[in-house]
Amino acid sequence: MAQSIVKEFTKGLWKENAPFRVVLGLCPVLAVTKTVENGIGMGLATTFVLVFSNFFVSIFRNFIPSKVRIACYIVIIATFVTIVELLMQAFTYPLFLKLGIFIPLIVVNCLVLGRSEAFAGKNPPHYAVADGLGMGIGFTLSLTVLSAVREILGSGTLTFYETPIQLFGPDFQPFTFMVEAPGAFVGLGLLLCIMNLIESK
Amino acid sequence: MGDFTVLAVSCIFVNNILLAQFLGNCPFLGTSKKMETAVGMAMAVVFVMVMAGLITWIVDHYLLKTLDIEYLRTVSFILVIASLVQFVEMFLKKSIPALYAGLGIFLPLITTNCAVMGVCLINIKEEYTFFQALAASLFYAIGFGLALIIFAGLRERIDLARVPKPLQDTSIGLVTAGMISLSFFAFKGMV
Repeated sequence: MAQSIVKEFTKGLWKENAPFRVVLGLCPVLAVTKTVENGIGMGLATTFVLVFSNFFVSIFRNFIPSKVRIACYIVIIATFVTIVELLMQAFTYPLFLKLGIFIPLIVVNCLVLGRSEAFAGKNPPHYAVADGLGMGIGFTLSLTVLSAVREILGSGTLTFYETPIQLFGPDFQPFTFMVEAPGAFVGLGLLLCIMNLIESK
Repeated sequence: MGDFTVLAVSCIFVNNILLAQFLGNCPFLGTSKKMETAVGMAMAVVFVMVMAGLITWIVDHYLLKTLDIEYLRTVSFILVIASLVQFVEMFLKKSIPALYAGLGIFLPLITTNCAVMGVCLINIKEEYTFFQALAASLFYAIGFGLALIIFAGLRERIDLARVPKPLQDTSIGLVTAGMISLSFFAFKGMV
């Protein structure tokens, strides 16, 4: 089998990019992408969970009976989500408050369970980690792009470390539609369309 | 009673779980291609969400809070939901086969439906009383079903239209969802 760590890593970035290509794990993608900071924070938290849950699922893949595997995967994932939750509470409290219930909801992010089921449960740990890292980074990048589009158009700023940077002059009229709920759907729909256009060329 | 009316309007329309809080979007896009599946999914969600809302509220108040182990909330809630779904599936299969045939394939999908888990967490976060939590779960579930069925109806129509190639399928689906979300957005002034 022509399997390489690099290949497993890079497929998550474009070819099987979770939110855009396979359309998995959309809830946080739509909900937290009001500002770039939230988007990146959510992406990194998910990446952490993905890498570690993939690693442990892969290690235990030969011990877990296939009938109860989903339950086992969920327990492994939930453990790491709790760790992320406690870590963020300790070190990045303002971000933790902003992301709110979406941190515990990483447990039910279909992307994480999907990778455990489709990949980590069948492959050795080093590939599983590469896969998790690639998927996670692809996810983070997608969130960053979508949140940048929404934030630049919707409020004319880019937020890093709690400080919004004004991109346009004082006369800028923000297109608030983009930061509100409907803008998330339309923004993601149009980004998908652009990706399809690039792909078809 | 007034409180419950406000809660109903707020949960079904203003804070619609799908369109305003973005929970449960995977089944929203996945099962909305046909009206039939959308109705099945909506019914399964109403069923599971109300039961999960009830049980997680009890677990949180009488188990996690009394033992002071609230950091285990995520783990315990997901286990409750997963086993509840399994249990409901077995129960329906044995006792109400007709309903099982209708909901069958949608039940396992609900375990990873973040709307169910989300509603349970919202109930705790908003510090609802037992009956408020029960009502909120029901109203959120109705809101989910409503949005899903409207969306499925629109999608069936879109199938007949000629959509530009790059926009096809999920892409146009998301834009449509955005339009429904925009119309729900108008309810914002109500509460």
